[in-house]
Amino acid sequence: MNAIPPHIAETDRLRLAPGVMLRNDRRRGQWMLMGPERLLVLDEMALAVMRACVGPEVADVAAGIDRLTVEYDAPRTEVAADVLEMLTDLRNKGYVVT
Amino acid sequence: MSCALPAFAASSAAEPAPPFAVLMELTHRCPLRCPYCSNPVALDSASAELDTATWKRVLDEAADVGALQVHFSGGEPCVRKDLEELIAHATEIGLYSNLITSAVLLDRPRLERLQRAGLQHVQISLQDAEATGADRVGGFKGGHAKKLEVARAVVRQGMALTINAVLHRHNIDRVNDVIDLAMDLGAGRIEIANVQYYGWALANRAALMPSREQLLAMDAAVRGRLPELAGRIVVDYVVPDYYARRPKSCMGGWARRFMNVTPRGRVLPCHAAETIPGMTFETVHDRSLSDIWRDGPAFARYRGTDWMPEPCQSCDHKEEDWGGCRCQALALAGSADATDPVCELSPAHAEVAVLRDRDAAALGTEWTYRGL
Repeated sequence: MNAIPPHIAETDRLRLAPGVMLRNDRRRGQWMLMGPERLLVLDEMALAVMRACVGPEVADVAAGIDRLTVEYDAPRTEVAADVLEMLTDLRNKGYVVT
Repeated sequence: MSCALPAFAASSAAEPAPPFAVLMELTHRCPLRCPYCSNPVALDSASAELDTATWKRVLDEAADVGALQVHFSGGEPCVRKDLEELIAHATEIGLYSNLITSAVLLDRPRLERLQRAGLQHVQISLQDAEATGADRVGGFKGGHAKKLEVARAVVRQGMALTINAVLHRHNIDRVNDVIDLAMDLGAGRIEIANVQYYGWALANRAALMPSREQLLAMDAAVRGRLPELAGRIVVDYVVPDYYARRPKSCMGGWARRFMNVTPRGRVLPCHAAETIPGMTFETVHDRSLSDIWRDGPAFARYRGTDWMPEPCQSCDHKEEDWGGCRCQALALAGSADATDPVCELSPAHAEVAVLRDRDAAALGTEWTYRGL
C-alpha cells in the first residue's frame, strides 16, 4: 500500500522532535535545526515559520499562520498554503512532531 | 530551505569549509564481537587511549575548527568512565552530541546522568530482529534483550533514538522485521545499513556477502515500505556497495564533512584511511584539528577533484560522489588513486562482480569474531 503521510493541519500543535534544537551558528551566520546526525539550514522565511508555529507556547498552527499573515501583510490563504507545505516537509524530515 | 547536510561555503580559496562533525573513537574496547565491525583489525589497546584531559582539548579544537556535532563512538564508548564528563564538556562548548553505542553497558541511571550532561541522541545497534541471531552475531549473550530495554528507556526519557541495523547474509531476509522492531521501539530514525567492507568486515567478507537474490528482495522490501514510513520515522538507507553501478559519496567527500580521531589520537579523514600506504597521519599531539583539517597531508591528498584520474576528472558526477571511496579503490583495484571500481565506468568494475559473486556463494564460511 502506498500511503501518503497526512498533511499538517491548522488544528495541529507542533513541537520540536526529540533531540532537535533550533540554533544560531554565528560563525556561519546561519540559523539551523540541529538533530540526530543531521542539520537543516533555515532561511529567513523558514525561521519565521518555525518561531510562529512550533513550540509549547504556540496554541496551534492556525495561531501561527494568523501571526505570519499580519507580519508579512499577505493574503491568509496564500500564507496558510505555504506554511502548511513547509511544516509538512519539516515533519516528514523528522524535525517537528505533532 | 536548504536540504540536509549542506556543504558550507569556503571562507577563501585556500581555506577549506569547516567539517560538519568530528567522530571520536574513544576506545577500541567493546564487549561485543561483531564480525562486520569497521574498526581496523589491529585494534588499539586500552593503554594507548587518550586521557580525559586530552579528549576535552580535542573537543575544544573540534568547536574551534567549526564542527557542529561530535559522535562519541569506538569500540564501545560506554566503557569509558569519563563519558559523562566528556559529554558535559561538549555541551558546555556548544557541540551537539551523538552517542553511538551497543547499549549493553547502559542502564536507566546512567542514561539519566548522560541526559543531565546534555546528551540528546542515542544511536543503538541491532544485530538482528530477534535474540538468537542477534546474539550469535554480536557474540554477547543477552545483548539483544538489553538493547531493547535501553532503547525503550531512551525514548521514555525524551531523548532521540536511532536504530542502526547492519545488514548482511545472515539477517538481510528479516529486514521487514527489523523495521517493525525499530517502529515498535519508538525510534525517530533508522539506518538500514548494508554492511560496508572495511576493517573486520573486509576480513569477513566471504562470511557476510549476501546473494543477488537476497539483495533484490531486501531492496524491494525497503523501497516498498518507504511511503508508509514517511512522516513516521526517518530512514537512512545505505545500499550495498558491491552491487552498485555508481559509487557512494563516501563520507560526503574526502576531507569535506568529517574528521575521525582514533583512540590513540590519530586524526584521519575516514576510519579506514590507515590502510592506504604512503600516507602521513598526524596525531592530536602534533597540531590542532584546525591545522590538520586545513593542510594536513592526509586531508589534502584527496580533497576536491584535482587528484582524480579519468574517467572521473571529466565526469558530470564528480562533485556529487567525489570519486567514491579511496579505501575501497585500494581494496578492490589495488590503488587508492584509482577510480572506485564500484563505478561501472571503472576499467576494474567487472572484477568487483567476480569477487562479490565468489564471496556470495561461499555459504557456510565461518567468520572471525572481532577481538584483540
